[in-house]
Amino acid sequence: MTTSERRSIESSFVLQTLDIEKHFGGVSAVDRLSISIPRGLITAIIGPNGSGKSTLINVLSGTLPLDGGMVVVGPKRLRLIRPYDSPSIGLTRTFQDVRLFEQISVLDNLYVVMTERSSLLSLFQRARKEHRERVERILHVVGLWEKRNDLAEELSYGQRKLLEVGRLMAMNTQIYLFDEPFAGLALHMIEVVKGIMRELQENGRTIIFVSHNMGIVRELSDYLIVMDSGRLLARGQPDRVLNDPAVIEAYLGN
Amino acid sequence: MQTRQQQISQGLARLPQMLLFSLRNHLEIWATIIVVLAAASFMLTRGMGFSITLMTVFAIWAMLAVSLNLVLGYTGLLSVGHVGFYGIGAYTVAVLTANPRQELLEGEIIQIFAWPFFAALPVAVTLCGVVALVVGVAFSRFRDDVYVLVSFGFAIIAYNVFVNWQWVTRGPFGIHQIPKPVIFGYTVKDDLEFLLLALVFLAIIVGISWLIVTSSFGRVLKAVREDEDAIEVFGYRSSRYKLAIWVISAMMAGLAGAMLATYTSFVDPNSFILLESILLVAIVILGGLASIWGSLLGALAFVLLEEGVRFVPFLPPEHVGQVRQIILGTLLVLLMLFRPQGVAGRFKL
Repeated sequence: MTTSERRSIESSFVLQTLDIEKHFGGVSAVDRLSISIPRGLITAIIGPNGSGKSTLINVLSGTLPLDGGMVVVGPKRLRLIRPYDSPSIGLTRTFQDVRLFEQISVLDNLYVVMTERSSLLSLFQRARKEHRERVERILHVVGLWEKRNDLAEELSYGQRKLLEVGRLMAMNTQIYLFDEPFAGLALHMIEVVKGIMRELQENGRTIIFVSHNMGIVRELSDYLIVMDSGRLLARGQPDRVLNDPAVIEAYLGN
Repeated sequence: MQTRQQQISQGLARLPQMLLFSLRNHLEIWATIIVVLAAASFMLTRGMGFSITLMTVFAIWAMLAVSLNLVLGYTGLLSVGHVGFYGIGAYTVAVLTANPRQELLEGEIIQIFAWPFFAALPVAVTLCGVVALVVGVAFSRFRDDVYVLVSFGFAIIAYNVFVNWQWVTRGPFGIHQIPKPVIFGYTVKDDLEFLLLALVFLAIIVGISWLIVTSSFGRVLKAVREDEDAIEVFGYRSSRYKLAIWVISAMMAGLAGAMLATYTSFVDPNSFILLESILLVAIVILGGLASIWGSLLGALAFVLLEEGVRFVPFLPPEHVGQVRQIILGTLLVLLMLFRPQGVAGRFKL
C-alpha cells in the first residue's frame, strides 16, 4: 500500500477504535471492539439492550475511562480520553437520560457551551453578539425560542430532548454522538431532529447515533454498525446488514 | 344592581386572599420592603449612634454572605468552613497591627509588628487565598454531603489553631489593641467614617461578585452546580472553576474578617466558632441562593433580628441569644418547607 493510499483510507475514516475494552466488574460491556466511522456520513449503531452501545458512546466521549485499546481520531492516538478533552478531539454528544443544566434558563443552557473554556479568560467574557445570533437561530430550529427565558427543568420531556440537541448544535465539532435521540419524541419533533442531523451532515460533519427505531435507521443512516454483547456483529450498508441472518438472529432470537 | 356598599364589602372580603397571592408571587419585593422599612424605623427610633453600629455590623455580615453565596448559591458547594477564612483574615490583621505591649502577661513572648492596617490587609487577603488554594486542592475530590463534612473539618481545625497556636494568637486571651485604619496619615477613628469605609469595601465585594456571576465564568459555575459531569463533556475542567471561586470567596471572607478585627479592636477564638458559620449559611439560604441582592437582604434581616430581639419587652437579657436562634431556626425550616430557594433566590438546594 502506498503512502497516498494509506492517507486516503485514513482520511475516509474520521474515528477508529482499536480493540477497545470496558468492563464493569466481571462483565465486558465493550469487548475488544474495533470499528471505523466513515467521515461525513450518518452512522447508526444498533443492537439488543445491553449490547454496549451507550457504553461505547460514554467511552468515546471520555465519560467513562477506557480499560484497554486505543481510539484514533485524525492524527491522535488516544489511550486515555478525559471528559473535558472530547471537544478538543472534535467530538460532542447527547445523553441517553437527558442531562440539562436544570436550574438555569434555556438561553444559558446554550450560551454555556459556546463561551471561553479557560477559567481565567472566561472571567472577563460576556455573551457577545455572535453568540446571541447563533443561539437565536438554534432556538428557532428546535422550536424553543418562545421558551428561551424558562428554566430547563420547566420544559416537557420532548422539549428537553430538543434543547439537548440544540446544545449539540451550539458546539462546533467534527463528530456528533447522539444517544437515543428519537426515543420518546412526538412525530413532528422526530422530523426536527432528523432535519438537524441532515443539516449537520451537509456541512461536512460526521453523525453517529444509537437507536432502536429501525424505520429511522433505514431511512437516515448511510452506514450501520450492529453490536451484540459488546462485540461487533456486523457493519456496512444498512440494507445489506439488516438482511444478514446473524443480525436477524440477534434481534429476533432463534 | 349592586349597591356601592356591597361592592366595597365584597372587595374587602377578597383582600386577604389577594394579599396572600401577592405575597407568594412577589415575596422578594415584599421582603425587601418589610426589611428596609423595619431597618429604617428601627434606626430612626434608636438614634444615630445605634444606626451606625447596626450598619457597620451589617456591612461585615453582608461581605461574608455575598462571598459564601458565590460558593453555595452559584456553585452549589455547601461549605460550613467559611468562618475559618473569616478568622484567618481577622487574626492576620490582629497579629500584624496590634501593639499590646502594656497588657502582656508575665513571661509571655509574642511578636509585635505594629504594622498599619492597610499594610496588613493585603497580607490577610493573600494568606486566605493561599490557604484556600491548598485546602481547595484537597477538597476538589469531594462533592455533595462529603464536601459539607470536610468543610466542617476545616472550620474545626481553624478554630483549634486560633485557640492553641498561643505564641501567635495568644489563644483564649485574644489579641487586644488592634488599631483603626489610617488613610494617608488620617486615622479612621470616627464611627461614621468607619462605616463609610466598611460600605466601600462591601461595594467592592458586591461589584466584583456581580461581574463574576454575570460573566461567562459565572454561567459555567451554575452549570457545574447543576451537572458537574455533563459540563466537563463540553470542554470545561470543572475542578478549576470550583477552585477559582473557592479562592476568590475565601479572600472576600478574609477581607470581612480584617474589617471585623479593626472594627472591634479585639479578636478571640469565640468569634470564629462553627455556629457562626452555620448562622452564615442560614443567612445565605434565607436571603436567597444565587442572588447577591438576597444575601444583602438576608444579612440586613439577620442584623436587625440580632439587635431587635434585645429590645423586645419582658424578655430577660440572658435569653436574648436563645430567642434569636429559635427565630432564625424556625424561619429556616419554614423557608425550606415552602420556598427552598430562599426569599430572593434563583436556586433550590
